[in-house]
Amino acid sequence: MERPLTKHITIGGDPLNLAEYEKVGGYEACRKSLRTLTPDNILQLVKDSNLRGRGGAGFPTGLKWSSMPSSQNSPRPRYLIADADEMEPGAFKDRILMEGNPHQLIEGLIICAYTVDTEIGYIFIRSEYTLAAERIRKAIGEAYEKGYLGFNIFGSGFNFELRLHVSSGRYICGEGTALANSIEGNRAVPRHKVPRQTESGLWGMPTLLNNVETLCNIPHIINNGSIWFKNLSKCKDGGTKIFGVSGKVKKPGAWELPMGTTIREILEEHAGGMLDGLKFRGTLPGGASTDFLVEQHLDVPMDYDSVQKAGSRFGTGTMIVLDDHTCPVGMVHNLESFFARESCGWCTPCREGLPWTAKVLKAIEDGKGEPGDIEILEFHIRALGPGRTFCALAPGAMEPLRSALKFFREDFDAHIKEKRCPWS
Amino acid sequence: MATIFIDNAPYQVQDGQNLLSACLSLGFNIPYFCWHPAMHAVGACRMCAVKQFRDENDARGSIVMSCMTPAADGTRISIDDNDVREFRAGVIEFLMLNHPHDCPVCDEGGECHLQDMTVMSGHVYRRYRFKKRTYLNQNLGPFINHEMNRCIQCYRCVRFYRDYAGGRDFNVFGIHDRIYFGRCSDGTLENEFSGNLVEVCPTGVFTDKTLRKHYTRKWDMQTAPSICPHCGLGCNIIVGERYGSVRRILNRYNHEVNGYFLCDRGRFGYEFVNGDCRVRQPLVRHTSKSLDVSSLEPIEKKEVLQYLAKMMTSSERVIGLGSPRATLEANFSLRSLVGPENFYVGMSEPELKMVLQIIEILSNGPAYSPSLRDVEQCDAVLILGEDVTNIAPRLALSLRQSVRQKPMEIAERLKIPRWADAAVRQAVQSERGPLFILSPMATKLDDIATKTLLAPPDDIARLGFQIAHEINPEAQPVLDLSENLRELAVSIAAALKQASLPLVVSGTSCGSVPVINAAANVAWALCTQGKKTGLCYTVPECNSLGLGLMGGLNIRDCFEKIMTGSAGTLIILENDLYRRAEAQTIEAVLQKCKNVVVIDHILSRTAREADVVLPSGTFTETTGSLVNSEGRCQRQFRVIPPTGEVQEGHHWLLDIMTSIGRSDVNQISSLESVGELMAKEFPIFKPLVEIAPRADFREFGQKIPRQPHRYSGRTAMLADISVHEPKPPDDPESPLSFSMEGYQGIPPAPLIQRFWTPGWNSCQAVNKFQSEIDGPLVGGDPGRRLIGLLNGNELVFFSEIPQTYEPRDGEWLVVSISNIFGSEELSSLAPAISERVPEPYVGLNPEDANSLGKKDGEKLLLSINGISKSLPVRVITSLQPGIIALPIGLSGLEGIALPAWGKVLENRNG
Repeated sequence: MERPLTKHITIGGDPLNLAEYEKVGGYEACRKSLRTLTPDNILQLVKDSNLRGRGGAGFPTGLKWSSMPSSQNSPRPRYLIADADEMEPGAFKDRILMEGNPHQLIEGLIICAYTVDTEIGYIFIRSEYTLAAERIRKAIGEAYEKGYLGFNIFGSGFNFELRLHVSSGRYICGEGTALANSIEGNRAVPRHKVPRQTESGLWGMPTLLNNVETLCNIPHIINNGSIWFKNLSKCKDGGTKIFGVSGKVKKPGAWELPMGTTIREILEEHAGGMLDGLKFRGTLPGGASTDFLVEQHLDVPMDYDSVQKAGSRFGTGTMIVLDDHTCPVGMVHNLESFFARESCGWCTPCREGLPWTAKVLKAIEDGKGEPGDIEILEFHIRALGPGRTFCALAPGAMEPLRSALKFFREDFDAHIKEKRCPWS
Repeated sequence: MATIFIDNAPYQVQDGQNLLSACLSLGFNIPYFCWHPAMHAVGACRMCAVKQFRDENDARGSIVMSCMTPAADGTRISIDDNDVREFRAGVIEFLMLNHPHDCPVCDEGGECHLQDMTVMSGHVYRRYRFKKRTYLNQNLGPFINHEMNRCIQCYRCVRFYRDYAGGRDFNVFGIHDRIYFGRCSDGTLENEFSGNLVEVCPTGVFTDKTLRKHYTRKWDMQTAPSICPHCGLGCNIIVGERYGSVRRILNRYNHEVNGYFLCDRGRFGYEFVNGDCRVRQPLVRHTSKSLDVSSLEPIEKKEVLQYLAKMMTSSERVIGLGSPRATLEANFSLRSLVGPENFYVGMSEPELKMVLQIIEILSNGPAYSPSLRDVEQCDAVLILGEDVTNIAPRLALSLRQSVRQKPMEIAERLKIPRWADAAVRQAVQSERGPLFILSPMATKLDDIATKTLLAPPDDIARLGFQIAHEINPEAQPVLDLSENLRELAVSIAAALKQASLPLVVSGTSCGSVPVINAAANVAWALCTQGKKTGLCYTVPECNSLGLGLMGGLNIRDCFEKIMTGSAGTLIILENDLYRRAEAQTIEAVLQKCKNVVVIDHILSRTAREADVVLPSGTFTETTGSLVNSEGRCQRQFRVIPPTGEVQEGHHWLLDIMTSIGRSDVNQISSLESVGELMAKEFPIFKPLVEIAPRADFREFGQKIPRQPHRYSGRTAMLADISVHEPKPPDDPESPLSFSMEGYQGIPPAPLIQRFWTPGWNSCQAVNKFQSEIDGPLVGGDPGRRLIGLLNGNELVFFSEIPQTYEPRDGEWLVVSISNIFGSEELSSLAPAISERVPEPYVGLNPEDANSLGKKDGEKLLLSINGISKSLPVRVITSLQPGIIALPIGLSGLEGIALPAWGKVLENRNG
């Protein structure tokens, strides 16, 4: 099985420096793109590869790139942003890519920048990712030294500046428009999506934002073609995916596997199954802001459409597993406290509703639940749903709660009835 | 026009707006918080949710925010859908989680938008059982009270303060459910428009601290429409009164003039009305021969009129001196009393000269005189010699909006509708339209200026003349201009020529007719290029232009006549001569006069030296008309019934005429007859009788009541004096009554005494009074522009170009500097404002201060025209070398016309 993304990554070891990266074929795709391919060629290749965004929404990458306005008469500069603000609880896939092979990301960025004609790039990295930041900074330095960044890259006449922006640490910065506000030095609150960032993004200029993992795929598509890329996958979405598993499994971790690998295979073969004595109860398949899937869904292939059909979201593809000895109310409370803390405070339902949700869950967990609390939670699930709030944070936060009430309702009722947590 | 469907019924709405304003314009009630008609939509509060359907077959629909959704043709929505009602009630429930249940003791109670929207949303029962969040409040200075616990995080305050008004010392802090709106630390809000937070805030976070000192509920306040007396712009205000004292000023929406906002001087300057500075009964000078001292002693009204009759009949002649802060009617009554030949306009020679020049230019030139609304639409601005924020503050707020016009091209290119405020600002970033400021010192608009030039008045005029020449070569060039300045003129001319609605702003602050003329040349040159060009002049006082239109001779002429003729009686109407002429001269004139009668509401220095003082009404006690700097004639109505001996200036004059048995007294016996007589004598005042409904106007046979129908304590208020309920005072001069009885619906626009409709108790009720959201008031905005365009006159550019400023050895060019708080006479007497008034100072350039061996705060003895005064130095970096700035209203040297040459009397080396 091919593992293009992680092939040159040694967990716990040092990443490849520029020379080593080039020795294993690094920057070949970049050289080829800038010297021999037109932006249209590359765009077509990316479109044909069926690569979908790895940040969570799964938007087709080629389509996103082609939504950048034409270079002619465009306001300048145009920006490219790598969203490396990996703050979704349970997700650590981008960290592996950045710590393990920073040049792969830089190469992807240069090709992307060339394709969509942007002259300035930002890597917006999560503040806790200090090691990744250090390695990227070093890699950017090497790339500049070698002339792979800056002016006239590979003699192609194409210029691209790349900067690393270390976040001050807020979950909402992973939201693309809040991220742009943050870079500008404004409060990290999301922006309205009309017009799109590709029209008016960072500093009001055309801006393209991609997830780190998405960008890391680009050099491999250039090198090996779109058919090869599609064939990596078990489903119609192209490529491999770094799947992660956390929770009480034998071997928590992350693995690069074909897109469309089933949950069962990931859990049992790669994560080694549940710890002895524990049974699987459910999983948040795409990170904290996705709906629980349970036993009956174990054979669902992990790809965007299949997970959605099963009633959840593919998200970042990094699962959090719930076992039968952990209180689901406690788990959901933990998640909602996180989301309540990370609300930016811009819109009412999210700012006020999430803390209320967390407080109700805490009360239930502490044995202070009251009749009517479930109705209050259900009210929040409606009031914090899509369209009601300004951005997707609160609707995402409601997903684990909604599905917990669906699958684990008896646990909530037991807490309220017995006035204690049955697991404590 | 677009057709939208609301709960399946079709409606025609204006294109290009959002659903919220479209629905409100149609009269529907949709609750909202973060949206504001002037600040538009950002989609934060989620209160204005409606359900949108794809087409008539879509039964499910989806919830959208009406403020963030265009009212495009064919849009189908439901306001009444159950889901959306539940959601809106839910939003209120969220907002109520932490909102204190302190409505009964909250300053906002009874006029709280949050209360109204809560009732509108249908949320009733509280389910939240956890602790409320609390905050520490800040001391924000003398104007604004801060109570953060009440905050519902609509972000309106910060959007107004920073985005709209350009303030920097206020912001939003914190995150998640601990958002905080305030300053970094306690301290006075510095922005000149901070008072608008009181009306912008939908609940009681920011409330009027001056109201707090004598608090009254909105429903207990007697209110009347009025005009702000604190500068020449004539902002429309609502004055609130109870127990005979004025409680507060609120904005009175006028689409063309002040829109939704006032400046702090206008909002908080009213307090002088209640203060000790007032004259409340007639005073007569008693001289004690034995002690050789004299003092003003109270006297009965009847007696004083007899006294005056005797005085007048024994005087050979009676001279009247009018006032630019008195109404047209009062000035005209004085003129009628003394006769046109003895009536003098109460302005100094240079002041009147400038005002007359402005009238001449606006009346006969091709440039139009813009309203504040027009100013906001302009897309390139040149300011000649004005620190607008300190002189005509509300105009500065409009200019802040005008620099946003040109960059709107960016939003248009991206097809972002103007109402999508956040998206517009994000696309536009820090782009601004052209704004050029030529001023003797730094101004408060420099932060948004494309280019500023610091220069003395004559050089400002010269550059102006050259700009005009660059636009139209027929305008006289300035031949001896430096190359730098010529280039600057070329670039300014180019920017103005490129604009579609250019604007030139100037005024009287420089004390320079050439500056005024240069501004006209620029505007006219643009007109010759086919541009619709605005020409906006600031004038010093609320009726400067009105008095100018009446015309007459100035104070110096008056003094000359007194000094050369026989001694007589001088009647001074609401005018402190010491602000307009040199003290020595005034003293000589007053000495010469046999009798000096002052009619005024404050005991000014002039009044203190008079023989008779008659207590007139302030703007809150006076019905009458004023002409603002735009040339718009507007009516103010008294809110306080005549109490004690205080009465309107024109009533005193009427009484005097009656007491001396004048036969023509009937001609001016009422406000309307004064207006008619004025129209006869001055055709320009013809619209005067039409600017507001006549006194006999009735709505369904009823007057318009100044008191709301919920006015409480009517029978109890005066029970300590008499248990018999007094008859409400008559008001024969206006269609308003001092009563809670009368027509409680929406009155004609000039008579709007409060913004209130059922369910809309806060000032947000204004949307029910507008013909469409953010449009004119129903029936048209109050006021009539008296100065129109006289087309067809042959255009003749001004050609008298002054010489460039040359520093003089041993002499200093003294120019005036204005302070929003302190430079205006009446507001400075208000306690809250006086806390913001700086200490007297004299401004010096750092180099000059250095060469004089002066540090900040050290005294400097300045002498102008032989009058000297010692004042502490304030180093002002933006002043040019050789120039000294003297603050108007603070220096004690107001009588000296500036600019003037002065001397520093102290030894230069200390």
